[in-house]
Amino acid sequence: MEGSHFAVSNPGAQGPRLQRARTRRSTGEQIIKGLLALAALLSVLTTTGIVVTLIKETITFFGDVPIGDFLFKTDWAPLAGGEQQAFGVVPLIWSTLYLTAVGLVVAIPAGLGVGIYLAEYASPRVRKILKPVVELLAGIPTIVFGYFALTFFTPNVIQDWIGIGVDVFNGLSAGIILGILVLPTIASVSEDAMSAVPQSLREGAFGLGAAKWQVVLRVVFPAALSGIVAALVLGASRAIGETVVILVAAGNNPNLTFDLTVAHQNMAAFIANTARADVSAGSIAYETIFAVGTTLFVMTLVLNLIAIRFVRKYRQVYE
Amino acid sequence: MSTPDRPTEAKTREDDDEFARKAGIDLSAEAQHTTPAAPATGAAMASPIFKLEDVGVQYGGVPAVEKVSFELIEREITAFIGPSGCGKSTLIRCLNRMNDLVPSATVTGKVMYGDQDLYADDIDPVQVRKVIGMVFQKPNPFPKTIYENIAFGPRVLGMKGNMDEIVEGALRKAALWDEVKDRLKTNAFGMSGGQQQRLCIARCLAIEPSVILMDEPCSALDPISTAAIEDLMIDLKERYSIVIVTHNMQQAARVSDKTAFFNVAKVEEGKRVGNLVEFAPTDKIFTNPEDERTKEYVTGKFG
Amino acid sequence: MSATAAEAQIARRTVERAASGERWRDAAFRFALLLCLFVAVLFLGALLVDTFVDGVGILSWDFITSFPSRLRPEESGIQSAFIGTLWLMALCAIFIVPVGIASAVYLEEYADRDRWWNRAIEVNIQNLASVPSVVYGILGLAFIVRGPIDVFGLGKGQPTLLAGALTLGLLVLPVVIIVSREAIRAVPPSIREGSLALGATQWQTIWKQVLPGALPGIATGVILALSRAIGETAPLILVGAAAFQRFNPELDGPFSALPIQIFNNVGEPEAIFRDLAAATIIVLLAILLLMNSVAIYLRNRYESKW
Repeated sequence: MEGSHFAVSNPGAQGPRLQRARTRRSTGEQIIKGLLALAALLSVLTTTGIVVTLIKETITFFGDVPIGDFLFKTDWAPLAGGEQQAFGVVPLIWSTLYLTAVGLVVAIPAGLGVGIYLAEYASPRVRKILKPVVELLAGIPTIVFGYFALTFFTPNVIQDWIGIGVDVFNGLSAGIILGILVLPTIASVSEDAMSAVPQSLREGAFGLGAAKWQVVLRVVFPAALSGIVAALVLGASRAIGETVVILVAAGNNPNLTFDLTVAHQNMAAFIANTARADVSAGSIAYETIFAVGTTLFVMTLVLNLIAIRFVRKYRQVYE
Repeated sequence: MSTPDRPTEAKTREDDDEFARKAGIDLSAEAQHTTPAAPATGAAMASPIFKLEDVGVQYGGVPAVEKVSFELIEREITAFIGPSGCGKSTLIRCLNRMNDLVPSATVTGKVMYGDQDLYADDIDPVQVRKVIGMVFQKPNPFPKTIYENIAFGPRVLGMKGNMDEIVEGALRKAALWDEVKDRLKTNAFGMSGGQQQRLCIARCLAIEPSVILMDEPCSALDPISTAAIEDLMIDLKERYSIVIVTHNMQQAARVSDKTAFFNVAKVEEGKRVGNLVEFAPTDKIFTNPEDERTKEYVTGKFG
Repeated sequence: MSATAAEAQIARRTVERAASGERWRDAAFRFALLLCLFVAVLFLGALLVDTFVDGVGILSWDFITSFPSRLRPEESGIQSAFIGTLWLMALCAIFIVPVGIASAVYLEEYADRDRWWNRAIEVNIQNLASVPSVVYGILGLAFIVRGPIDVFGLGKGQPTLLAGALTLGLLVLPVVIIVSREAIRAVPPSIREGSLALGATQWQTIWKQVLPGALPGIATGVILALSRAIGETAPLILVGAAAFQRFNPELDGPFSALPIQIFNNVGEPEAIFRDLAAATIIVLLAILLLMNSVAIYLRNRYESKW
């Protein structure tokens, strides 16, 4: 609704004449709108910046390293000198996905369990305490999780109490803690989705003589499915992109193995680790950051778009 | 409170007219349902299926309805009528323990189903609802296929038998089979409101209850769907006991055998409680009620 | 009609005793859910307790006022990191508050939803909210620190406080926009209509009616975004935040921050560094707790019930 005012055209009218007001006011409004739009545009610029930065250096990278080597070879040693240098990204992608999988094995059942409990079983009083607890877990900086994994979980829980012989930097500890990190995301999004299911559906199921667990699992959960899928996909995306927990607790190189007792590294941790090492701008090692960064960006982009679509689907059903 | 009478004998034509005039019913041939013949097996032995003694419901300590006592007879349609807020929905939900789902609700008094006390300590509400089914005001099909909607109850309850047959049987009993038999695997939301409600009725029938409770089943539907469901109710009465809450007096007069009139009483400042005013055969309620308030309600003086 | 009259003697079903299996299944399911809850709470508790136990012994006023030292850990403190974090918070806020609110206002009040470019901006922002923080770090490193824009504190090829703050700002900007939009959306249309009907312009309506009404929600969102920003480590690693910095930061010079200090302490082998890390974590968590409490207080006190 733009602001322009019009003059009354009837000269003999009794009422006061409206002023023609195409004055500074209207231009002022336009300027304001322009400034605001500019601010919104910044977000587009950010994405453009990310994409341009990544692509530019990645193209340079693939000038030096054949894309086939990168995507399909299994030797990964980009920081090594001379003959040892190798750029097969397969182990890095493998470790990334493997650690994510370990994390999700923890995060999905636990996260869904918490979400279902909050949505369907918790009384208002319990909810008042529990929801902040979940939010608290979500708000703890990732470095704290990394610290916990390295200094407590690995030595005390895994090596001592459970008694598995893992290296100091290992995939098991990092993967599990990664799962705990992601748990709140899955819990709160799935809880949202299930709370949105109308009460009339539950009543219908109860009215047929179903027990509570049957109502929850066979009516509410399927009805909320698209939102729950969104929760899982968002959780996966978060896990794939997590840097510090892996960097601190999992080790400095990826490993193309199912063995979780040894070190692993994911793409994000590799990027951070390489940036710390004094790599000179323009060297191939520097450019690896961007090649890997592009891979990571594309993977999470795909996952996020999928999640957005599912969120939209579940919001539509009940609106 | 009146004691329930025996089902009345057939009336003369004049009685019909008088009854119809007072209840505002259209007696023309199209509008009238054919009344079912009395059961051939010596109807006299229709037994009580529900016996309520001094039943009350409180929400968080505040009484919503109190001191309700009556008997409902098997295989009859009983209507609960009354102005809004009189507690008829609250009361019908006592009959299948749906009030258990509301944490602040307390039920006092005795609700007997046959010779079983529904609120006894060793009675599981889930079991109650397998025998006493419910249809709700707004049709609430599950977001699944028509087939899955019907199959849900039998599956969840572990009923044995061929599922296809069970589904077909339920849909036939709900007079829905012919309309949907070719699209059983389509989503239930694709049906019209009236069809969805009949689906909910079929869903309820699939678990083979003995009682069907209906909480204003037609208030969200158009008149044609309403008429179809009223026809269905009269058919179902042969096998099931039906209790229906309705705010539509004419509907009560059309379908029910007995009617319970509830009203709201002002107990103290700001507090309103529902109670049972009169319970009698339907035509008595509408032609010759004993209580003055009933008379005022059915003649439309308030509501 | 009366064809079924002969079936009138249909047996009435009785209410059965629950099969013992059913009650058990209900309880088992509930127990499984509680187990999940227990796991989450257990980890949270263990995390907090372990950190506290490790670090509380080192906490002291000296700790906060000393500078970090790798060579003499017994004298190591966190002053540079602490000041750095505060600076980052302030600079970040200066950036995200106007830009975030302005974007949100544009998208909610001015943008024509039918135009494809406005919808694209919306999807874009939703997407940016989920991009891994390390990618923002890459952006910060390549585009801001080593980037083409050569301006005070930026583009010099050296990490600066300003560059770090800007990178963090870009990271949390989508969150601010999304939360502000929700707060603005919550203001009922009737308020806007009333204002416009009195002859106010759109901007006047927004400035005088809508934004004041949305302010509590926006403030809460901004505080939460800032909490997230100062807890981030990865972008600061990429941008080149310093470790064990022995002087306080300047706008166009090297800087440190609490998460970086923790990260570097954790990387040292000796046990005392672990305790130093834990103590630093306690300080960081204390700051976050304070910020979140303020946010919750604001929300409860000023939330308008439309």
